[in-house]
Amino acid sequence: MIVELGHFALVLALGVAMVQAVLPLIGAWRRWNGWMAVAEPAAVVQLMLIAVAFGALTWAFVTSDFSLRLVVMNSHTDKPMLYKISGVWGNHEGSLLLWSLILALFGACAALFGTNLPPTLRARVLGVQALIGVAFLSFMLFTSNPFLRLSVPPMNGEDLNPLLQDPGLAFHPPFLYLGYVGMSMAFSFAVAALLEGRVDAAWGRWVRPWTLAAWIFLTIGIALGSWWAYYELGWGGFWFWDPVENASFMPWLFGAALLHSAIVVEKRESLKAWTILLAILAFGFSLIGTFIVRSGVITSVHSFASDPERGIFILMILGVFMGGALLLFGLRASAMEAKGVFSMVSRESALVTNNLLLAVSSFVVFVGTVWPLFVEIASQDPYWGAMQNPFYALGLFTRPQVLSVGAPFFDAAFTPFMVALALLLPVGAMLPWKRAQAGRVLRQLVPVAVLAFAVGALVFAIQTGRSALVPVGAALGLWVLGGAFVDLWTRTGRGDLSGRFGRLTRLPRADWGKATAHAGLGVTIFAVAAMTGWATEVIKVVRIGESFDLSGYQVKLVDVHEEKGPNYISTMAEMAVTQGGKPVSVLFPEKRVYPVQAMPTTEAALDYGLFRDIYLVIGDPQVGGGYAVRGYWKPFANWIWIGCGLMALGGLLSLTDRRYRVAAGARNARAVPAE
Amino acid sequence: MRKLLILLAFLATPAFAVQPDEILPDPALESRAREISKLLRCPVCQGENIDDSNAVISRDLRILVRERLVAGDSDDQVIDFVVDRYGEYVLFKPRASGANWVLWLAGPGMLVLGGGMAWIWLRGRRQAVPPEALTPEEEARLREILKE
Repeated sequence: MIVELGHFALVLALGVAMVQAVLPLIGAWRRWNGWMAVAEPAAVVQLMLIAVAFGALTWAFVTSDFSLRLVVMNSHTDKPMLYKISGVWGNHEGSLLLWSLILALFGACAALFGTNLPPTLRARVLGVQALIGVAFLSFMLFTSNPFLRLSVPPMNGEDLNPLLQDPGLAFHPPFLYLGYVGMSMAFSFAVAALLEGRVDAAWGRWVRPWTLAAWIFLTIGIALGSWWAYYELGWGGFWFWDPVENASFMPWLFGAALLHSAIVVEKRESLKAWTILLAILAFGFSLIGTFIVRSGVITSVHSFASDPERGIFILMILGVFMGGALLLFGLRASAMEAKGVFSMVSRESALVTNNLLLAVSSFVVFVGTVWPLFVEIASQDPYWGAMQNPFYALGLFTRPQVLSVGAPFFDAAFTPFMVALALLLPVGAMLPWKRAQAGRVLRQLVPVAVLAFAVGALVFAIQTGRSALVPVGAALGLWVLGGAFVDLWTRTGRGDLSGRFGRLTRLPRADWGKATAHAGLGVTIFAVAAMTGWATEVIKVVRIGESFDLSGYQVKLVDVHEEKGPNYISTMAEMAVTQGGKPVSVLFPEKRVYPVQAMPTTEAALDYGLFRDIYLVIGDPQVGGGYAVRGYWKPFANWIWIGCGLMALGGLLSLTDRRYRVAAGARNARAVPAE
Repeated sequence: MRKLLILLAFLATPAFAVQPDEILPDPALESRAREISKLLRCPVCQGENIDDSNAVISRDLRILVRERLVAGDSDDQVIDFVVDRYGEYVLFKPRASGANWVLWLAGPGMLVLGGGMAWIWLRGRRQAVPPEALTPEEEARLREILKE
């Protein structure tokens, strides 16, 4: 019964979304206040209905209702409660329900907190948001209904993919979706502004908090996923340039670009058309991400769903929304001319450069991700029906080809843009608006540059004979990090130290946010370089009682025994780590077998430290006795995610800046004329 | 067929990544083998290189790479040897030839194009544009403010 209520609520939500998509948009066009006013209650009701549906599905998972097809496919009575709940979104149908729930949540937030928006803009934003809702709710109901019953319920379920039974991954999808879907707000604002035919500083101020929020969630989601990969997949890699990772990385890069360009709109009323385009593209890439993950078109480690019917549906959603928005953009963009005047050397130009580099690097990720798919389709046959394959005629292909694009390509093609970005960042961040003197800013940064260069040279001298990766990464990271400090410090003006410290605490939160986020990027750059370049690895056969050396630590295999978990059987090793005779820690790496899914997983054991992780993995028993054991020493590993955390924190600080909290109330006081 | 292979790869006994018995006694050769292994894709996995992969065929490829290195091949010769037998599909970094130029030049090309457009736009920004006229509502509002 509860399940049917959920199902019914979902169908009702589709109906409400349809009303919310049609009436307010017509109302805003015809200036009918009554029709526009429908948007607000509709958005709230839509959220409540989808929440009921989500609650019902969660109920089915928690109580292991095996008459529900989805529960049978993804759950099991023995599964721990956390994973019964995370199992709700650990599959195609449930994750779409979560997608729609978050979409409705953002819509309702815009309805409730957006009271300061001009009525027509608000009606249009909510209308466009509801259009997206209609698309996804019908996608769910027509191709991926989570509430389908089975006529003969089985005794037990088939369990969730064991790789997904992990706390890190339980919370990775919700954050990622909050980010993906959050970009829909920027999109709705962009389309609404195009419909209004007007973009001004106020628009920039309204759209930036939503983009910031979405970007913060994406940052956290990506960091969680990467951390999960680091400790779960068993060899300590943290980023694989897998299509699914790229799918989340592209909106992140576009979101970062949008954050920066929205500042220009807000402060200088310039870059308007470009910002609108970025908002459209950021959401477009979120949709492409959803398409890649949900259609299974590009098979990858993460792709658990593949069904062409669904793929085509999402492709249609993508086509309609991107096609429509870009057409509207083409028709209306020229009306949005920029106002601000500025010289070649200015904050504005610096932000344009930032946008250029972020957009191009995202484009590289996109091309690399879809290239294998494109080549496979385009090079398939010399003849397409009666027509000669145009790619053959052009000489692009001479035979059917399949190829791969992976980490080595992205390392080579993507990194240069990030290096350029990091090099320019500290300078650009400190340039004043309108007209700047580069020399003045550069002089302020000289100490940081010298320090960064010196550290890079020192690292290079110490680690003779290894790659230049760490020295360059360390210098770049320090340059960005130090630049953030200098930026903040110069904001305090002149005078004695105590006065400047006093002013430091009173700086707007946006300044702190900017410096924190930039510092986070510097930390991450440094950590990625240090960990990639310096990590050491030991792979050997070790008998019980034997020890081996791992970068100054001694690791002893004390014991190996079988252990039974709630829904798996584990071969657990006990390994004692010591340094110079002093005990450091005792670690228990495991090899698990999940009988229901017949799938083995390795559970690495880690001793986390601020400056290094010790990472141990137990392998198969060997023919001659002993076990294959792998040990890694990973310097500065945790700084990668500390850096991501700083970036997210910086975003949060900016989000709580006074101008977003107070200005809203100030605008409330006056009646905004409805154009 | 590929689906079947992937399925088989999962069913096969997993022998995870590089095994102790594969490692070459010469550390210099071994580290070259590791670098090469990171460039080669496991033919039956979903986007893993042969260095990380658990599939049996990856183990065979790792051993093959080491055999060629011991036989005195250069890194490029080893890679060519594997590509000749398993096809371009195993290369994670497609060769810059033929249509792949599109892939390799996408980034730099876009940078030049976008940079050029940005340059032209930025140059235009130096000239003053007359400020936009106020709408009648805004003018009314302005008068109100001035009166206060």
